[in-house]
Amino acid sequence: MSITYLEAIRHAQQKALRENPDVYIYGQDIGVFGGAFKSTKGLAKEFPGRVIDSPISEDAMVGSVVGAAIEGMRPIVEMQFADFGATAFNQIINQAATLFWRTKTPCPITIRMPSGGNPGSGPFHSQMVESLYAHYPGLVVMTPATVEDVYTMLLEAIDIDDPVIFCEHKYLYNRLKADALPETNLPCTKARITRPGRDLTIVTYSATVTEALTAAAELSREGIEAEIVDLRSIKPMDVDTVLASVARTARLLCVGESWPWGGVNAEVISQVVTHGFHLLDAPPQRINSRDTPIPYNPTLWHAHRPWHQDITSAARNLMKW
Amino acid sequence: MLQTLKEPALVPSPPQEQYVKAYHWMLLSRTVEEKLASLWRGGKIAGGLYLSRGHEAVSAATGMMLKPGDIFGPLIRDQAGRLAFGEPLEDVFRIHFGTRVGLARGRDGNVHRGHPKDGYFAMISHLGALIPVIAGALIARRFRGQKDLIGVTCIGEGGTSTGAFHEGMNMAAVEKLPLVLVVTNNQYAYSTPNDRTFACENLADRAVGYGIEGYTVDGTDLSECLKVIGYACDRARVGHGPQMVVASCLRLVGHGEHDDASYVDKSLYDSPVGRDCIKVAEDYLKQVGWADSAQIETWHQEAKQQIEEALTRVRREPLADPEHEDWCPYATKKIAEATFAP
Repeated sequence: MSITYLEAIRHAQQKALRENPDVYIYGQDIGVFGGAFKSTKGLAKEFPGRVIDSPISEDAMVGSVVGAAIEGMRPIVEMQFADFGATAFNQIINQAATLFWRTKTPCPITIRMPSGGNPGSGPFHSQMVESLYAHYPGLVVMTPATVEDVYTMLLEAIDIDDPVIFCEHKYLYNRLKADALPETNLPCTKARITRPGRDLTIVTYSATVTEALTAAAELSREGIEAEIVDLRSIKPMDVDTVLASVARTARLLCVGESWPWGGVNAEVISQVVTHGFHLLDAPPQRINSRDTPIPYNPTLWHAHRPWHQDITSAARNLMKW
Repeated sequence: MLQTLKEPALVPSPPQEQYVKAYHWMLLSRTVEEKLASLWRGGKIAGGLYLSRGHEAVSAATGMMLKPGDIFGPLIRDQAGRLAFGEPLEDVFRIHFGTRVGLARGRDGNVHRGHPKDGYFAMISHLGALIPVIAGALIARRFRGQKDLIGVTCIGEGGTSTGAFHEGMNMAAVEKLPLVLVVTNNQYAYSTPNDRTFACENLADRAVGYGIEGYTVDGTDLSECLKVIGYACDRARVGHGPQMVVASCLRLVGHGEHDDASYVDKSLYDSPVGRDCIKVAEDYLKQVGWADSAQIETWHQEAKQQIEEALTRVRREPLADPEHEDWCPYATKKIAEATFAP
């Protein structure tokens, strides 16, 4: 049996719908059609009335699930693309994120954000939005990088009593495969050491974890052993695991597909410099996408986001210190 | 689909008991807000103060139509409706003082208050944003098989221009939800007059576009408000889908107490929309013989007394302070611990 990242998302939703009558899914084209990426394929038939097509109204989609959550439901919203969440921004950051703080009423909603780039997707179907939402108190932001994590973390997101921004990466949808779905999970509050190493720490998350693994294998052939920390969730962020790794390696390279300014990499470096400056033998480095809108042309796009070659190159430079 | 209820004979005039009760909520609202204004001028209330003067008939009639189990999402000028829905006077003072107890515990103020678990939803400042929230709550009620319940929310004519308003009304219509939207057209969105806010002849015409039922009503006339808002709520309750009521009145105060409303066209005060709904109601009470001037004066004094007693109780309560604040925006224990771990 082989399961893709995308299938794991569908399996997690199917399990949640089977086991909890309070769960329903709301989004554009998710019913009979099964979603733009087919992540709800077959679910409308299996769960009549619980996988509901919405109008093209992102604001009302999120607003409505906040209302349903107040009434005790545990809704999932599928944004067709994470980029379209911009239209729902007000409901997410002002309505959902503040509800518990203001009223003591929990807001257990999960907003699935199909994130990140694919060749030919262009400026409005490729964005990484995790840094944006992590800025706001009250939101949980998950960025699963593996088939196993996307499955267990989506179930965990549905179970959490706070609004969860679930950033699933479209580049991984059909490229990542696993033999089976996991029975147990690591809590979303914990980062994972994906690969141990002694020479430098690569902190990353989402699709760039795969790139970091490829880079680490190449670096290993050169005698450089990189330790990879997969953040898994960026809010809350497991800074302890990052610091412990830097304590072992004394070098830090942060990698993410999002834009650089004020992003996750900047936050990781800020935390490490503030709490572990004495651990560092070299200035921390970061690799992001270029600070421009995301290009359509596949060749331009390829030159826009970080790949394993960028990581190996940055790691070699970091090892010169 | 558009129904403007041009024939009041369709609905009987409100009975004495209902009318007098609604008038009491109007009077209590007006009186507590006069107290709040006094406290604000004395520097006892931080931030802005937003009052309902001129809106009391629409708001009281709206709150009166709600039954236990219904959902109410009031907006800025709905003190009367809040009281009619069951908000204790103490909570009015608590939210404005920022006390440690109460609906927001100092975390939010003035009109941003509610108790969602009891169907009393708390607005955010962004207009229109509450409409889809109420719609979603009604979707949840439908999942639970709960029938005969309605959700009522309010907005001003200014808020009808937002995207959230449109998305929310369209969604409610698509889902055929028992949602009643009361639009109070008070002629100004802060300082912006109607002709800079919308270009259609009558905002109720928008109901046609959404495929829902819409009505207009004189918002200065309690009797008409009870009839029309009551009719819309009944229609929603028995399965006729979303309802939109557009009530006309004039905001008889500034947008907030900081605003002298100098921009208001003075001729409006002498026009039908400029009538003070409380005066109109009192004239009606006297005209039909349900109260005389002495009785009305007694009610005024009783309202003042009730408010002073509530204020005295709240003044004894502690204010919110940093020591007692847990500074945690998360409901989930493991998230709270992970976020705030030293």
